[in-house]
Amino acid sequence: MARTYEPVIGLEVHAQLLTRSKMFCGCSTEFGAPPNTHVCPVCLGLPGALPVPNGGAVEMAIRAALALGCTVRNRSRFARKNYFYPDLAKNYQISQYELPLNEHGRLEIEVDGVKRRVGIVRIHLEEDAAKNLHPVGAGGDTLVDFNRGGTPLMEIVSDPDMRSAAEAEEYLRKLREILMFAGVNDGNLEEGSFRCDANVSLRPTGQKQLGTRVELKNINSFRFVRKAIEYEVMRQQSVLDSGGIVEQETRAWNVEQSRSFTMRSKEEAMDYRYFPDPDLPELVVSDEMIARARAQLAELPAEKRARYRSALGLTEYDASVLTSHPAISSYFESCTNELLKACEKPLSPQQAGKRCANFIQSEVMRYLKTEGLGLQVPVTASRLAELIAIVEIGAISGKMAKEVFAQMAATGKAAKKVVEQKGLSQISDASVIDGEVERLIQAHPEQVEQYRSGNKKVLGFFVGQVMKATKGSANPKMVNEALRKYLEG
Amino acid sequence: MSAVRISLEDVRHVAKLARLSLDEQEIETMRKQLDSILDYMASLEQLDLAAVEPTFYSVAMQAPLRTDVIQPSLRRDEALRAAPMEKAGAFAVPKVMDGEG
Amino acid sequence: MTEGRLHTRTLVALSSLVASGEISSIELTRLFLDRIGRFNGRLNAFLTVDPEYALAQAAAIDRSKQKREALGPLSGVPIAVKDNICTRGIRTTCASRILENYIPPYDAHVVQRLRKAGAVIVGKLNMDEFAMGSSNENSAFGPVRNPWSLERTPGGSSGGPAAATASSLVAAALGSDTGGSVRQPASFCGITALKPTYGRVSRYGLVAFASSLDQIAPITRDIRDAARLLGVIAGHDSRDATSYPGEVENYEVECGKAIKGMRVGVVRDAFEKGCDEDVASAIDKALETFKQLGCELVEVSLPHISYGVSVYYIVAPAEASSNLARFDSVRYGLRVLGEDLFDTYAKTRAQGFGAEVKRRIMLGTYALSAGYYDAFYLRAQKVRTLIWNDYAEAFKRCDVLLTPTAPTPAFKLGEKTGDPLAMYLQDIFTLPPSLAGIPAVSAPCGFSSSGLPIGMQLCAPAFHEGRLVRITHAFEQSTDFINRRPAAFELD
Ligand SMILES: [Mg+2]
Ligand SMILES: [Zn+2]
Repeated sequence: MARTYEPVIGLEVHAQLLTRSKMFCGCSTEFGAPPNTHVCPVCLGLPGALPVPNGGAVEMAIRAALALGCTVRNRSRFARKNYFYPDLAKNYQISQYELPLNEHGRLEIEVDGVKRRVGIVRIHLEEDAAKNLHPVGAGGDTLVDFNRGGTPLMEIVSDPDMRSAAEAEEYLRKLREILMFAGVNDGNLEEGSFRCDANVSLRPTGQKQLGTRVELKNINSFRFVRKAIEYEVMRQQSVLDSGGIVEQETRAWNVEQSRSFTMRSKEEAMDYRYFPDPDLPELVVSDEMIARARAQLAELPAEKRARYRSALGLTEYDASVLTSHPAISSYFESCTNELLKACEKPLSPQQAGKRCANFIQSEVMRYLKTEGLGLQVPVTASRLAELIAIVEIGAISGKMAKEVFAQMAATGKAAKKVVEQKGLSQISDASVIDGEVERLIQAHPEQVEQYRSGNKKVLGFFVGQVMKATKGSANPKMVNEALRKYLEG
Repeated sequence: MSAVRISLEDVRHVAKLARLSLDEQEIETMRKQLDSILDYMASLEQLDLAAVEPTFYSVAMQAPLRTDVIQPSLRRDEALRAAPMEKAGAFAVPKVMDGEG
Repeated sequence: MTEGRLHTRTLVALSSLVASGEISSIELTRLFLDRIGRFNGRLNAFLTVDPEYALAQAAAIDRSKQKREALGPLSGVPIAVKDNICTRGIRTTCASRILENYIPPYDAHVVQRLRKAGAVIVGKLNMDEFAMGSSNENSAFGPVRNPWSLERTPGGSSGGPAAATASSLVAAALGSDTGGSVRQPASFCGITALKPTYGRVSRYGLVAFASSLDQIAPITRDIRDAARLLGVIAGHDSRDATSYPGEVENYEVECGKAIKGMRVGVVRDAFEKGCDEDVASAIDKALETFKQLGCELVEVSLPHISYGVSVYYIVAPAEASSNLARFDSVRYGLRVLGEDLFDTYAKTRAQGFGAEVKRRIMLGTYALSAGYYDAFYLRAQKVRTLIWNDYAEAFKRCDVLLTPTAPTPAFKLGEKTGDPLAMYLQDIFTLPPSLAGIPAVSAPCGFSSSGLPIGMQLCAPAFHEGRLVRITHAFEQSTDFINRRPAAFELD
């Protein structure tokens, strides 16, 4: 009978920090510039050039550490990781080895109702490698673009605390979300600013001791993380089931073939010859620096969701949609605040929150999707609040508001301007509506009789007539009220 | 005479790590020379260093932190001028696959 | 004006002649360029001479002078720098095949400082490849010869700067010192060199050999020149994270101050064994001089300095193995195309580096490799702590420490090339101060029976370069060693 095995998974994430300049030089970190235009003697590793650490990167790494419950070391050390590769300008990477900046953090995840606390061993600072552009097909040269070389990275190493591919995926989603909300990473998997390697091993269920682990390199989408880990668990399982032993090795995931391949065997394992970088004295972080980073740490997504539910009365679903990205939640929050300030009719925070949540989740998100705008909302939060306020006082209908929003997005005009120019404003003047209703009642005595004798459906006929006469701009609620008053009174 | 401190196999391995192509003659000479140097260094083994902290930096300092501002980069033609081979604004090297080291 | 003897004047004297208008910078530059043209063939001190660049700088100084603008402290005086100091637009080879045609796109911090101070940089000086060596025989472009005796070494690795300064091809030079690389050549060539405290001079633009030890240092005819030059290049630079942020003291004002009562530490056990007789007796005489100048002689012991060679030849090659990894033919330098990338790297580096550089890369790679880090690198850094502590203890009892600079006067070219370890032992006196990061000067203190210069090394606690200037100046004033000159270069 085949034994049952328990997968043991640990993850290493490389996350680019959102600094303006690189880790050890002043070159820009902007993505997508022409090759080798953001390079200097330092990040090209020219003879004689020396590194100076970016204080902004240190600050961001501390902020991330605090968001993940880490201890920040007052003294940490940069080290050189030596290996030859053309994307590494100096043929060593400046990283941290002994004495990393941050240690001993954790992240809570929940999958299928099971909660798990994943330990974070360390978060250290290092520099990114350059980009190799590989030739297609046989022959040709590899081209190296050093623009990315030297971009600040955090390496976040978890404990081997995850037990399934689903947990690994959830950990990554959670981690990405926290880093984005801490304002230190843009979470962009396609551009490679959030990258992941996984260590996977199996052990007989119930056994304490860990099995031989295999390292999976560069699995750079949530889908592939899941697939690659599932594949690896199956692969190791079948090796063990057939009486074999798992070899310690490094494997790479092949997207086209949906399988992994051996990159390096244990014998070929790298000897990185780490040693303290003599160009960089110890990194000293004062308690004041840590306190400053703590003060700058924005509200994290879990806290936000809780607040949206308790203070704004949103459903769990709404709260989670609105915290799917820091750009969305900050748009939602400022819109709600503006609405509370701008609306002539006094609203409770719950009412304002609900109105904004509804409009953003329906109209705004649909618009972004159909126009392919990503998260770039073309209407500012305060202008959206103005629009919602106009709906709220009944000046236009909710249906009109959709059209007005599209116009605002397309033309950049304010809500009132669009309403004015299109003549969309609702007729809410009671005397106008009353006049129209009176005229109709006198012109249709038969229908009045039908209504009064119990055929309440005739009301719809009158409403239609009023709307027709006012080109649909009469406030429907007021029309209903006026008709009832005249017909029943 | 003292024991052999470094073998030919060690020398070959280290040369590979250091990306130095050495022929058999050079490996033999290198082994002998390194062996006598390492033998001289064996005197360090006599010292009791259990309670001694290493000195990585001879003058006590802490790393200065740069403000996160963008400084001018090199012009691309300056950056590429010394390149043994350049293509399409990039440095060209014999083809490699990702992950090879 | 004794034009014919102008080249024998010091940097300080020449700069005041330019400042006072007695001579133009162009005239002075032509005079030195002429000497270089005439004598460099014998010495091989220069790897690159750039008359156009030099004369353009000289012309700019002369224009400033005409416009009555304030001139800098090195105004209009021709000097040269070791070829591991980056010069924008001028070839910087580190005396290596791998950088034979390399032209940096930027100036080293010290080059910017020199130019701002009005110096005229005439060219780049020969050296041991990547500053690894003690005889200048490791240059890919041929050894430098000692101006006092052409079949002898000028010392290394700053052999070019020492030979050029000693033969008055320039008024002064900048070298670099990792384990004695300015002090030992100064001793062999009868001139003065002042290695500053680690961190006192920015390393930005100095091609790294061993980053925790490298310092750029003046090589000059006398100590006042060294003080002047150090004053120009010292000070904080935000581009070097190991650059010391403290104020720079005025070194030149130390010249002429009395040294009565200064305590000179003597490390007798260090130089009595394994030291040439002439050297030992020159040091004894120097001690006598200090005594006459009112110094107190104090016997001190540095129990761990005998481990200096071992510690240094682990730490420096380890750092070098990593520093020199960047020479891979991707972004600059020689490329020898192989079958694939690995082969290209290995062939390029095998052909681009000389034997000593390869030896040190191998030694350093070994000392850092898996399983050996603790036994070699970490152990060496711990012994470095003991050496550091020895100096801290010694400086409680004395103000400066005196040893010979080198155990012998200049030896013959080829004499030690077959035995790397014998060559490494050349550095026994200069390595320990480097490991401790403290400043040290080498100054002429005598001549051997065959007429070769002998140097003494004085070292002081960190950031006390001024103290070294003061005591060296007092010594110069009561002796005549700095005024003797190699005869072969006095023909005109
Ligand atoms: Mg890493
Ligand atoms: Zn840069």
